[in-house]
Amino acid sequence: MDGLRKDFTVRVRAGRLRRTKREVAAVDGIDLRIERGEMVGYIGPNGAGKSTTLKMLTGVLTPSAGAVSVCGLAPVPQRTRLALRIGVVFGQRSQLWWDLPLGESFRLLRYLYRVPAAEHAARLRRCTELLDLGGFLDTPVRQLSLGQRMRGELTAALLHGPEVLFLDEPTIGLDVVSKQAVRSFLAELGAGGDVTLVLTTHDLADIERLCRRLVVIDHGRVVHDGTIEALHTRYGSRRRLVVDLDAPLPAGFTVEGATLVSVEADRCRASFDLLTDTAGPVVARLAALSSLRDLSVVEPDIEDVVARLYAS
Amino acid sequence: MGELRAYAALLGAQWRSLLSYRASFLVEMVTNIGATALDVVAVFVIFRATRTVAGFTLPEAVLIVSLSSCAFNLADFTVGNIDRLKTYVRTGLMDAVLVRPLGALAQLVLMDLPFRKALRLVLAVGVLLVALRLNAIEWTPARVLLALVVPLAGAVFFGAIFVLSASLAFWWVDSGDLGSAFTYGGRDFTAYPVPVYAGWFRTLFAYGLGFGFVSYQPALALLGRADPLGLPAWAGFVSPLVALVAAALAALVWRAGVRHYRSTGS
Repeated sequence: MDGLRKDFTVRVRAGRLRRTKREVAAVDGIDLRIERGEMVGYIGPNGAGKSTTLKMLTGVLTPSAGAVSVCGLAPVPQRTRLALRIGVVFGQRSQLWWDLPLGESFRLLRYLYRVPAAEHAARLRRCTELLDLGGFLDTPVRQLSLGQRMRGELTAALLHGPEVLFLDEPTIGLDVVSKQAVRSFLAELGAGGDVTLVLTTHDLADIERLCRRLVVIDHGRVVHDGTIEALHTRYGSRRRLVVDLDAPLPAGFTVEGATLVSVEADRCRASFDLLTDTAGPVVARLAALSSLRDLSVVEPDIEDVVARLYAS
Repeated sequence: MGELRAYAALLGAQWRSLLSYRASFLVEMVTNIGATALDVVAVFVIFRATRTVAGFTLPEAVLIVSLSSCAFNLADFTVGNIDRLKTYVRTGLMDAVLVRPLGALAQLVLMDLPFRKALRLVLAVGVLLVALRLNAIEWTPARVLLALVVPLAGAVFFGAIFVLSASLAFWWVDSGDLGSAFTYGGRDFTAYPVPVYAGWFRTLFAYGLGFGFVSYQPALALLGRADPLGLPAWAGFVSPLVALVAAALAALVWRAGVRHYRSTGS
């Protein structure tokens, strides 16, 4: 209850998690600290240790070494106390009762988490509205589509008003519309600032849409921790300016603030990598050269950057 | 208090889930009685061939089998389904259990309570009541207490065995039927007077693992018979103690198992 002055800390430092017969480090010495209200994207290739980290943070797995604290609690020894304060969505594990109507699962969760009726009703109303659950509250969970179920799972994880929401691949397998619904819901949730969001995903659009901070892990170690922009800067990815000119571009043309990447055969369309944060000055210089028919600025593709990161 | 309501809610959910498959539930419930009836019928079949077994008459043998049957069926009804743990470990459902604010063992038990086995339990209690009438027992307050406590202590004992053998799944997901040797094997062992068995097998199961204290020793105490194997009369009264030791051991192993849980990739 003295959440006001508590800064929310996560420190994971775990190593040598045993799998099969060999000792394999699924998570190999990770140090992280996540502040209250942050939205953190946690990404990495398959088997990088994302889910394992999440499971150690939620008290499912016991770390082999190191110290973890979530909401000031130790996840495994204080598992049940922590469970009341966090929400968990494992994309491929259900928290709902398979054979019961969705609405009934929500009612049960109120007892499981001992939530006062009024709070529960208010949160459920909000989720029903934002996630458009009204149409299938009476449908047994086993008959829901994946998208409907995932919206149900999100609601289930939030009905007790958790301080931290852990999401393990919340958009996996969803169609475009459902993905959008889940993302805008999470964005709205995060904008409130009182829920900390930690999400793992393979879909980088989730991260671009939701997370200021991006943690990339590979082979159980953190390889990047910072904003998406910082990642671009670090790996030298630039925004690209594509212009259509009325007159052909002169040979050997250079412009301050950008480098020429390619020119079409008729020399009327050219692409530049922007060296500066703003495109304005470069556009002005190009406009002085000849009249511009069209131009567009293409954001760097995070997929490319991350692919390069995994490969390195 | 809130926690109790939470467990009650889990139980209610399991009941309502069952009702969504009403017909198959009824069929299973009825066929399940057969299993218990067979245990008792087996004893009658043996006594068609002989008048006494290891010096025990038919009513005495029925008392032993009914004590065993009550204890086993009560344990099977409450925690028997814990042997599904290996499925939960393999499919990762255990993850979902562990992120809830309730004890893992209690959740697994309540989420899976086999209501279809309820009639078996009723039948077992009925046979015990008949067996207690068939034998000329000199009722003393101590024996009344014993008759009430022994089925419960036996159930705790079998429950501990169920949990112990299920816990193997935390270490070896493919623990298979190794555990059944002790749960179902134990039930069959306790259905007959211990002198029926011989050698190291008897020593191991009856005294080493404690199965002798589930039905045989308490039955002797109820009947006021001396133990042909030489254990003193009070041996029949230690069964709650044996049960508690087994339960404590099971709790320890379960706890270690949960800590050892490795989940599955996703």
